[in-house]
Amino acid sequence: MVVDLKVEKVSKVFGTFKAVDEVSFEVVSGNFFSILGPSGCGKTTLLRMIAGFLEPTEGQIYIRQKLVNGIPPNQRPVNLVFQNLALFPMMNVFENIAFGLKRRKVEKKVIEAKVKDILARVGLSGFEKKKINELSGGQKQRVAIARALVLEPSVLLLDEPLGALDLKLREQMKVELKKLQAEVGTTFVYITHDQSEALVMSDFVAVMNKGRFEQIDTPQNLYRSPKTAFVAKFVGDNNALEGEMLKKEGEMVLVSAYGHEFWVRAGSYRLGKKISVFIRPESFLLEPEENLSKVNRLKVKIKDILFDGANSKLLCLLPAGPEIMVALPQNKKFAHLKPGDDLNIGWFYEDSLAFS
Amino acid sequence: MIRTLPHSKSYSFLFKLYIVLFYIFLFAPLLITCVLAFNNSDFPSLPWKGFSLDWFLAKGPDRVGIFYDSNNLRSIWVSIKTALVVSFFSLVVGTMGAFLFEQENFRFKQALYMLTLAPLVIPGVILGISILLASNGLGVFLENHFGWDVSLLAPGFWLVVLGQFSFITTFVVLVVSARLKKFDRTLEEAALNLGANRWQVIWHITLRYLKPSLIGSGAVAFLMSFENFNTTLFLVGSEPTLPINLYLQVRDGSTPVINAISFLMIVFTSTLALINLYFSHKKE
Amino acid sequence: MAGKKLGFYVFFIPVFLWLFLLIVVPHIELFLMSLRTEDWVGNTSWSLANYKNFFSEPIYWLTFVRTAIYSILVTCITAIIAFPVAFFITKVANPRFSGFLAVLLLMPFWVSELVRVYGWMILLRESGVINHFLLQLGLISKSVEMLYNDISMVMVLVYTSMLFMVVPLLSVLESLDDSLIEAAYDLGASSWTILTKIILPHSKPGLTSGAIVVFMLTLGNYLTPNLIGGKSSLWFTEQIYTQFIASFNWNQGAAFGFLLLALSSLIIWIGLKLTRQNLTKVVQ
Repeated sequence: MVVDLKVEKVSKVFGTFKAVDEVSFEVVSGNFFSILGPSGCGKTTLLRMIAGFLEPTEGQIYIRQKLVNGIPPNQRPVNLVFQNLALFPMMNVFENIAFGLKRRKVEKKVIEAKVKDILARVGLSGFEKKKINELSGGQKQRVAIARALVLEPSVLLLDEPLGALDLKLREQMKVELKKLQAEVGTTFVYITHDQSEALVMSDFVAVMNKGRFEQIDTPQNLYRSPKTAFVAKFVGDNNALEGEMLKKEGEMVLVSAYGHEFWVRAGSYRLGKKISVFIRPESFLLEPEENLSKVNRLKVKIKDILFDGANSKLLCLLPAGPEIMVALPQNKKFAHLKPGDDLNIGWFYEDSLAFS
Repeated sequence: MIRTLPHSKSYSFLFKLYIVLFYIFLFAPLLITCVLAFNNSDFPSLPWKGFSLDWFLAKGPDRVGIFYDSNNLRSIWVSIKTALVVSFFSLVVGTMGAFLFEQENFRFKQALYMLTLAPLVIPGVILGISILLASNGLGVFLENHFGWDVSLLAPGFWLVVLGQFSFITTFVVLVVSARLKKFDRTLEEAALNLGANRWQVIWHITLRYLKPSLIGSGAVAFLMSFENFNTTLFLVGSEPTLPINLYLQVRDGSTPVINAISFLMIVFTSTLALINLYFSHKKE
Repeated sequence: MAGKKLGFYVFFIPVFLWLFLLIVVPHIELFLMSLRTEDWVGNTSWSLANYKNFFSEPIYWLTFVRTAIYSILVTCITAIIAFPVAFFITKVANPRFSGFLAVLLLMPFWVSELVRVYGWMILLRESGVINHFLLQLGLISKSVEMLYNDISMVMVLVYTSMLFMVVPLLSVLESLDDSLIEAAYDLGASSWTILTKIILPHSKPGLTSGAIVVFMLTLGNYLTPNLIGGKSSLWFTEQIYTQFIASFNWNQGAAFGFLLLALSSLIIWIGLKLTRQNLTKVVQ
């Protein structure tokens, strides 16, 4: 396994503010690696350090085993797809894509062939002479990616490139981008605040918060076994119940909350302390059968039904407790539910997680 | 009050009358100057004595048209030379100034910027005499101490160029800065990321982006130089520029050949202004 | 980074040389020259004699005061005439014509000042076009000399500097949102209230920058007072010209130049303070 990008204990300090705090990770060649975090978490700073626009205050960055600290951006074997794409408006599509090749003094014939080839790859054959402002949002996107890919970088960095697109197009581009990456085999490092983008496309996702990595994992593991409360809250929808921890038995802890007692899988905790229990909306069972074991049970009142097709949810009220979101399967069985009804819900012990 | 609000008939009539009078005031002197260039008379005045192109084409000896008036032709050529040199240097240094103030950070930047604006509030006459004094002082110094007689420092072509350059550059800085402010600097980062060095970035990206404002400010610099009088007055040597030469003629009595020159200047500057306007509209 | 440093100096050095050699040094030289006098054998020495002369000769300081007062007057008249025009173009005229009107407004000012002044001479002089028409219409029986008086001089000075007032006013009024005026109208404000409470406060930056430029240009004008005002114009720039070119007393001329510069800086500074603006903002 070849490691294309290695970041070792990298920090960046602006004045007294620590934007990136001792971050380390490795990206294996050919992987799609995402860095996911809310705005202001330091992910853009990290990306700019990899691209060479910023120098780390501390730590080392290696690209293909070569230390790149101090090397200016125009000499690093990485290319960046900018958040606003930064296509040159005074040039046409061909000139934009050929720009980097021309700087490398590649032969004219080779440039033409390469541009033609990469345009075909991104599905824009014959667009060479188009002006940038004649392109649609999705086409601009593809030109920006083609412009970077044509240089065959060791690592392609992408800074929230789908942010400016509307929802429908974004869904479509997600799939396209994933396919393109699989096809060209280039290592992608993708930055986003949109968890769905990260989960759909990535081989590995790093969740970043306040300058630190909370967890690096596959999308499935992030979703199923978040290691911190932040990850549990940030990745996917989650209900959070506040309670107190009573005792521990193996992997499970007993939690008391709002006059109920639950068995919950332990994340990180301290005995006798306040604790947050996370349960995903789709983990709830509606009207669970009496004979099921290892199930926590609750009686709630339906406050509202939030209809959103396959994503429909029930907004339920726990007596003396918070609102709880429960996934509502769109089938006949629960079509009779209406606001004001009482409802029994429950969930398997291992489908909930506790963090202090 | 404004177009969307109701207003009385007399308000709008009086306002329009005022505007019409204003435009008459604006154009009367120019129109009359142009018309009298074609009057078949020895004086630039009415009555109208018929249409004639004498003041453009006559070869003498009574009437000498502008195309055969070697004195005025020479001064036109001097003005064109001056304007070309001045606009070239102002454009180069002014663009550097715009880059310096928009993209670099250094100590005393604010102070240097204030100094850049200073020529806007210094009367042209003062600029002219200061430069005359300084270059004369330097010339005397060089002659006394080294025995060099530097003719460049005496009033003449190069001193006029320096004088005009000193304030026209400020205008170039302002015009180019205004466009550079709107420049998206991630384009520069993108070019760097694609392997360009700093000079390639400036050449391929930034200057290409600035092109409309460079053309525009170059044209303005040319016109400002071509028609400058106040600063030039004190710096001019034995070869007067056109405005100075015309002034000398107007002061000592005039012939319609001045109208002919004025007509050509009006046509020329209007054309240049329109071209400039066309380019600045295109960039929007 | 070394490349970055180099880039900075490539921009910095030409700009610095320009400002230092052509603005700072000449004005220091101007000041130093004004403090020196030459005795009859040609030896120079430090003295305040040039400034003493200025205050002891009434013709000098009276001319100075007269120039300042007339320049302020011209600035005010220009503003009063230009404001309604700018308002009409931006707010009243049909939007389809306003662009055309604005371009038309700028056209005359691309033409050399000399040509414009010459146009007025043809119109106003004794054998001029206006006299010709008045005689034809029988309104007067004998030609009247309309040149060489203060009223004509002020009028042409206003004409010459109109552009520099109109352009900033156009841009500042352009930026005034029509809906503010509509809202004030809707809330029951009279036209006068709208003008004084909404439009004028909003226009202040444009008015200030226009006034500064017009004042500076008028104060430093030589052509118009000389050609339109004639011998009786008593404009301070003519005193400077006389000292430099006719009397060849450069030290006295330098003192006059420095006084003019000080006056223009002082009045501009007071103007900025009164309107609570600063130069950097006014320029933009």
